[in-house]
Amino acid sequence: MSSDAKKVLTGPIVDNNPIALQVLGICSALAVTSSMANALVMTLAVVFVTAFSNLFISIIRNHIPSSVRIIVQMAIIASLVIVVDQVLKAFSYQLSKELAVFVGLIITNCIVMGRAEAFAMKEKPGVSFLDGIGNGLGYGAILMLVAFVRELFGFGTLFGHEILPLIQNGGWYQANGLLVLPFSSFFVIGLLIWGLRQWKPAQVEKD
Amino acid sequence: MSSKKETFGKTVGFVFAVCVVCALLVSFSAVQLKPLQKANKLLDQQTKILEASGLLEKAGKDIVKTYNEYVDARMIDLSTGEFIEGDVVNFDERRNSRDKALSVKPENDIAGINRQSKTAVVYLVKNDSGAVETVVLPIVGAGLWDLMYGYIGLESDLNTVKSVIYSDHKETPGLGAEVLNPKWKALWPGKKIYDEQNNVAIELVKGGAKAGDVHGVDALSGATLTSNGVTHTLQFWFGKEGYAPFIANYRAEGVK
Repeated sequence: MSSDAKKVLTGPIVDNNPIALQVLGICSALAVTSSMANALVMTLAVVFVTAFSNLFISIIRNHIPSSVRIIVQMAIIASLVIVVDQVLKAFSYQLSKELAVFVGLIITNCIVMGRAEAFAMKEKPGVSFLDGIGNGLGYGAILMLVAFVRELFGFGTLFGHEILPLIQNGGWYQANGLLVLPFSSFFVIGLLIWGLRQWKPAQVEKD
Repeated sequence: MSSKKETFGKTVGFVFAVCVVCALLVSFSAVQLKPLQKANKLLDQQTKILEASGLLEKAGKDIVKTYNEYVDARMIDLSTGEFIEGDVVNFDERRNSRDKALSVKPENDIAGINRQSKTAVVYLVKNDSGAVETVVLPIVGAGLWDLMYGYIGLESDLNTVKSVIYSDHKETPGLGAEVLNPKWKALWPGKKIYDEQNNVAIELVKGGAKAGDVHGVDALSGATLTSNGVTHTLQFWFGKEGYAPFIANYRAEGVK
């Protein structure tokens, strides 16, 4: 893999993270991070949608009339999201019951639209596809970290396996009720952004 | 992009072409995956019914086989309590309760369901010798955020509870969603729905039920409104607008 392609693929994970640096896609990051399993499925769904929407939009980028380009992008993204939703319902019914609303909302995830408009409209299909995967993974990395904290301290489990035995199940751990609720992700994401910017001061915004 | 000339016809044509391709993609996936989705939904329902009847462990991975072997789904008319003929496979309580022709507004709507299907499907679960051992009744009632759907499994006296299994709810994780906690579900077996005067006596008790209380189950701590919802759901469904006519009939005549 050439270094350019590698940069496109891995750059969004730490150096140019869509959530931590660009602060996009926060809404769904709050909603689906109460368990690791949900976050993982959401990550896969977003990687799929971003990668293929970037690919398709990039393929037809020279033909899209610029006056209707956003609508064309939306049509492609929306179709992909419906496909993901249908596949989830067919192969993972339990998860689709929990994630149904949020999968639909991938359409409005700013990361998908943002990459389509900012990257795929200008670049070649191959590199656009990689950019989509990279940004999906960057989104997913934050999701998994937030879900790790929330599920471990909110439910005492990871991927549903008991790590900290809860008092109500005869253990010693008093679950943190705050972390169970969606808005607690604000704190976790905030701390993550702070930590990341301490580590990479280049990401700090100039006043 | 900007270097190219845009004409009205070209733009419309392009958008139309994109729409056709997208529509094909979406409809292809929807149609292709439909059978799998239906099977999943059915499997989920059958799993819950087996769980409510205590057969889930025995079934292991053979959910469909066990279900078909032991479970007899029958449609009833809720107002008379009689068994009636009906399409139990495609019965959908939620669709019926939105249809004015197929549903009624309960007079005393303590469960907060607004409209109620006139018919219901009950599940008669047999043992190996073919006698009905468990009767699983679907229940629905308002919790804190939304309606909670579930099943209650009763012994063949239609008074002793075997299990209460919620299949679909939107309660708060960690609080109301503890209706799914195995510890809480384990409190139900052996509880009695009706007292000696045949009044609905079962309820969730805030602060914990006293030892030996056959009608009381511990309420969920931190989830008063969910707990009230569960109590009201049971009181409604075992009252005269719920399964009371069916239970009276069933006790008098058995399975016809």
